[in-house]
Amino acid sequence: MSTTTLTHDEAHHHEAPKGWRRWLFSTNHKDIGTLYLLFALIMLFLGGASAMLIRMELFQPGIQFLDPDLYNNLVTNHALIMIFGAVMPAAAGLANWMIPMMIGAPDMALPRMNNLSFWVLPAAATMLILSFVVPFFPGGGTQINTGWTIYPPLSVQVGMSMDFLIFAIHLLGISSVLASINIIVTLLNMRAPGMTLMTMPMFCWTWLVTAFLLILVVPVLAGGVTMLLFDRHFGTSFFDAAGGGDPVLFQHLFWFFGHPEVYILLLPSIGVLSHVIPAFSRKPLFGYKSMVGAMLAVATIGMVVWAHHQYTIGMSLGAVTYFMIGTILISIPVGLMVFNFIATMWRGSMTFETPMLFAVGIVLMFTFGGLSGVMLAVVPADMQYHDSMFVVAHFHYVLMPGAVFGLFAGVFYWLPKWTGHMYDEKLGKIFFWTNVIGFNITFFPQHFLGLAGMPRRIVDYNMMFTEFNVVSSIGAMIFGLSHLLLLYIVIKTIRGGKKAESRAWEGAKGLEWELDSPPAFHTWTVAPQIK
Amino acid sequence: MSVKEHSGDYFIPDPSPWPIIGMVSLLTTLFGGALAMNGISIGKFIVGAGLLLFFFLLYGWFRDVIKENLSDCYNKQVDTSFRMGMFWFIASEVFFFLSFFGALFYIRNIALPWLGGEGYLGATNEILYTGFENVWPTHGPGQLGGDFQAMGPWGIPAINTLILLSSGATITWAHWGLKIDNQKQLVWGLVATVVLGLLFVILQAYEYGHAYAELNLTLESGAYGSTFYMLTGFHGFHVTMGAIMLMAILGRSMKTHFSAHNHFAFEAVAWYWHFVDVVWLGLFVFVYWL
Repeated sequence: MSTTTLTHDEAHHHEAPKGWRRWLFSTNHKDIGTLYLLFALIMLFLGGASAMLIRMELFQPGIQFLDPDLYNNLVTNHALIMIFGAVMPAAAGLANWMIPMMIGAPDMALPRMNNLSFWVLPAAATMLILSFVVPFFPGGGTQINTGWTIYPPLSVQVGMSMDFLIFAIHLLGISSVLASINIIVTLLNMRAPGMTLMTMPMFCWTWLVTAFLLILVVPVLAGGVTMLLFDRHFGTSFFDAAGGGDPVLFQHLFWFFGHPEVYILLLPSIGVLSHVIPAFSRKPLFGYKSMVGAMLAVATIGMVVWAHHQYTIGMSLGAVTYFMIGTILISIPVGLMVFNFIATMWRGSMTFETPMLFAVGIVLMFTFGGLSGVMLAVVPADMQYHDSMFVVAHFHYVLMPGAVFGLFAGVFYWLPKWTGHMYDEKLGKIFFWTNVIGFNITFFPQHFLGLAGMPRRIVDYNMMFTEFNVVSSIGAMIFGLSHLLLLYIVIKTIRGGKKAESRAWEGAKGLEWELDSPPAFHTWTVAPQIK
Repeated sequence: MSVKEHSGDYFIPDPSPWPIIGMVSLLTTLFGGALAMNGISIGKFIVGAGLLLFFFLLYGWFRDVIKENLSDCYNKQVDTSFRMGMFWFIASEVFFFLSFFGALFYIRNIALPWLGGEGYLGATNEILYTGFENVWPTHGPGQLGGDFQAMGPWGIPAINTLILLSSGATITWAHWGLKIDNQKQLVWGLVATVVLGLLFVILQAYEYGHAYAELNLTLESGAYGSTFYMLTGFHGFHVTMGAIMLMAILGRSMKTHFSAHNHFAFEAVAWYWHFVDVVWLGLFVFVYWL
């Protein structure tokens, strides 16, 4: 089962282990990073397929081919797969690959636990997919029709698939907490001599804050869904007013996790931007300290504004005012980040390779999503927008550019480092433009749909909304299919291409670019000295 | 810069099967759990198999770690990693408990006053639950679970508080013994801690039996029953885990695995035990007393 003799020499292999054991039993941060990224890619296509079905259904008013329960089930699974299956693992994959190389560490601090935090994810994905398919078996109960927020009392009434979903959330939580512990310990304990917290690369900072947020909020979600499980099966009444509980309590627990989750998804991408924009502007990041400060401010304020997702539940005037002001305050540090990126580009010697295109796209479109966020933060306005397609448009503008485009930028930026080959720049640019144009055609019209009164999470809609929905669905097809190009580019780059130099981009700074492309299986076994 | 490839000081373990066994055991347990909760009888056996595999995993993984430690693979930096890892793990546990304390505070200070007719949502009382009075303990306007008596603080809970506090003292005494290489003090200190821990669990089990049989206080007893059993139950579960961990390090102490300068496992368990202790103080004040 395990190694019996353990001396220093035997414990350090200089070459990658061969065969399936390399991937299943890995203790190497690069291999585990690759596993994370592959898993995220698979989940991206799974979540994307469910989104395509949703948009096809919404192409016309009336019910085309999905029954309402299946539609709701797809909406639920699309969100959970994308958030927990695609974005978070992809960000963790980047962290695994890059953090040890960036800080001059031989590996993550706790390599075996690192592998556990990855392998819990396929288990969670299995449970998630089971929650989707179980209702189709005899005796499988009703489909999950709650959306990813799984609010009681509806979620108490759903059949056994909800239990699979709850356990999937537990597993995802275990994975995230273990990964976060590992990342925090790595960053605090494994930096090369001479590298201080205030000189470590910005991507490391963003992940330090992200990991900290995860450790604080994921256990609260785990507690919340555990109460839900007990309400469902063991007769407790946390969320049942007849027993003195309150269904709104679950909303508070959920959004205490759910709102910081937004920053958990966003911050790693901000970290990627802080590398990509300076590299392709050939200037250092405009304000390192202000960036760190802004990030800490976002994380801190972000922890205490969760109830802006619940304005319409009937909160006291004092409470909504507090949550409104807190939420709008966040736009100050976020604005600081955006201006930081713009100031970095200012009078830079800029070139627009694919990572930079995505970076500029983020600055533009994430800001757009942020501005619709300010609209939603205003209580009286939100009373109108709540649960409309406007909200859908808003959070896709935040999460696609904010999180996913940042991950794309990171993938294109570091792909030469990982594979040793340059990707095809022309294809990369085509991917960017189809992706961005498809994205905007999909989600921009949804703002108008929402303002005109189209509710979200509804399988059918009024005739008056037809035109914008047709446009949105066509955009979604362009957007969805464009990811096949991403797949093609990634496979092509892995298989070959122009040889990448150590410093694949001339403006790139940092320890990871001192290593070969692709790097050796074990890197920085001797820590570099940072002056 | 060319990279020199030779062994550094930081220990990177060999490829290990344990993480993936961990994945299989977690998946099996929870899959079985989901079936069992919905009355599919095979679920129980799947849970059992998953748990067995999980214990096998714990045994095997820790055996590897202990072996590595005894063959001097870990330097100071690895030790620091372990310490920080344990610290942040406990931090995450704190927030898990905070969600249940939060639920308790929310129900008592926000939800129940509304149901009782106070505040701007007091209309709930007039429209839905006329005549419901906000008093704690409660099983809600639906009087779920029938009449019950609450658990007072000054019987078993007070004794349990003393037990846990003294177990915190005994483990510190054992730690002092370890620091001056006094094997006897270490072992007896740990034995006392384990005994006190088990005594706590037994008394807690007795209290549950008493609550179910004589007070009609059950998990179904509305908000009071829910918060009471979930908070004390998860705490009791953690004490049980802690006691098992204590037994493991007691065994290791008897094999003289620890020395004055190399005893991370001991300290990790001690931290965990103190954490469980602090949670109990919170429970005693907010669940039993106030």
